[in-house]
Amino acid sequence: MLKHTENIIVVKNLIKKFGSFIANDNLSFEVKKGEIFGFLGANGAGKTTAIKILSGLSFPTSGDVMVAGYDVYKEREKVKENIGYMSQKFSLYEDLTVRENIRFYGGIYGLSGKYIKEKTESLLERLKMKDIQNSLISSLPLGWKQKIAFSVAIFHDPKIVFLDEPTGGVDPITRRDFWEMIYEASDSGITVFVTTHYMDEAEYCDRVSIMDQGRIEGLDTPGELKKQFNAKNMDEVFLKIAR
Amino acid sequence: MRKIKFILQKEFIQIFRNKTMLPLIFGVPIIQLVILVHAATLEMKSIDMFVVDKDLSSLSHKLINKFEGSPFYNVSGVSFSMDEAEEAIEKNKADFIMHIPYGFERNLMRENSSRIQLLIDGINGTAASLINAYSSSVISDFNRNIIVDLTKMPQIKDMNPIAIETSYWYNPELNYKIYMLPGILVILVTIISMFLAAMNIVREKEIGTIEQLNVTPIKKYEFIVGKLVPFMIIALFELAFGLAIGKIFFHIPMVGSLSLLFGFTIVYLMVVLGIGLFISTISSTQQQVMFIAFFFMLVFILMSGIFTPTESMPVWAQRVNIINPFYYFMRVIRMILLKGSGFWDISREFFSLSIYAVIILSLAVWRYRKVA
Repeated sequence: MLKHTENIIVVKNLIKKFGSFIANDNLSFEVKKGEIFGFLGANGAGKTTAIKILSGLSFPTSGDVMVAGYDVYKEREKVKENIGYMSQKFSLYEDLTVRENIRFYGGIYGLSGKYIKEKTESLLERLKMKDIQNSLISSLPLGWKQKIAFSVAIFHDPKIVFLDEPTGGVDPITRRDFWEMIYEASDSGITVFVTTHYMDEAEYCDRVSIMDQGRIEGLDTPGELKKQFNAKNMDEVFLKIAR
Repeated sequence: MRKIKFILQKEFIQIFRNKTMLPLIFGVPIIQLVILVHAATLEMKSIDMFVVDKDLSSLSHKLINKFEGSPFYNVSGVSFSMDEAEEAIEKNKADFIMHIPYGFERNLMRENSSRIQLLIDGINGTAASLINAYSSSVISDFNRNIIVDLTKMPQIKDMNPIAIETSYWYNPELNYKIYMLPGILVILVTIISMFLAAMNIVREKEIGTIEQLNVTPIKKYEFIVGKLVPFMIIALFELAFGLAIGKIFFHIPMVGSLSLLFGFTIVYLMVVLGIGLFISTISSTQQQVMFIAFFFMLVFILMSGIFTPTESMPVWAQRVNIINPFYYFMRVIRMILLKGSGFWDISREFFSLSIYAVIILSLAVWRYRKVA
């Protein structure tokens, strides 16, 4: 895949400690512009800690982190303008309607009311959610909420979107739909940084890093990783690393 | 600025969509004002007295009749036994005992002087001294009448060479309701705004949306202005609503300028909302907010001077009141409404609260962290 050459995330010797516990132990990696980068690891391996640092929600203890060309120490607000973020915790307002959620998040990214209105129309069209645009989020099934949350996260056309376990708790068909949306976003030039613990999803990524106890133990394309660890599928790769 | 508009829009939608909010905003003020203004009275009515009449003379009967005839007294029991009277006090059936000893009338006739005893339940000191003052005046009035009766002399008009003529300013009828209503209104406006502000941000923490907000490039001041303005508007509305109730149901006077009152209220609300916000930045659950806010609220209300003049508090307590926002507003709302004080009369309170607002809001902005 030669199209991904420019680095959009550069992490060098990132360390994050909570007291004496080391959540991220000397991470170094690059993410190329436009790729889908899978960030894998067991629960507690340090994925969420890393993603919070990359998206400016948490300070690193030491190391250099550049996101979208900006330093996360000094140019935090610049970083935030250029990224989207969807967490495993639910981020939409349950007591607002679909349309109100989109308008609010669009608004606090500084988009104009008119632009938000137009873009909301086309978005609802694409999601086939015209009928439920005035329903409260609390009344929708989980899979729909996740699609809306993802659409809201990329509504302001960020350069990178961080997805922290976006497909937790939904059925395989909905997960498949969700990945269609990720591909669409990727095709439109958005870099996708996604954490997951579903190994079939790892196969969909351009490149995958696998974390264990705060360290990155493997980083390559799914095909190369399978070769490297002499495994039939990503599941096996993962088990070999985590053991 | 454009971002603030979107926050305001969202906050208002959420407030008015919340089914428990509307009754809270409209219902509670009416209930609180109407009930509390009547309940929080310091006037003494229907004082329960127990009479131990050991004399059983016509004079002692006259004295008892005098008390019975007064609207303030309610004779809850008459007995010959002191033990029974004490029991009535212990059971809270009587507030005081009037003990008329044997020989009351005879002594008065023979020696021109006689004694009776008042035994007052002193647990509530304020009430006890009021009972003493009321009863003493009833007895001295009785005294004057019997002098006339016994000496058969026409009552001397001026018994006191110096006549005191009292006139009460600003509240000539000493109507406690017009004193209490502004005070209760202060509490009402403060509780609604402080709790709403404090609960709001912590709620975003609990449901997790705060994280989604923190990942946006929104500025701290935009966030805080967007969060506080809706509560400011609701609290000002609340004040207007309360004043209207006061005017219609209690005919409270509004001598001073209402725009001055609302101007002062805006500064006051910045302090109160700032405190609410600060509490919510240091707490992580709504329970914590409730406990912290309740604690401060209780201390502040009791020290505010709503029931008792702050000037009679010990010096250290008056110093503590420097950080008590209720204290300032309690004084000023009464000054403006009842006395018609102007800006220069309340300038000390105005500037003190302005400095307070700057400090507490800076503290809240500083404590609100977008990064963990």
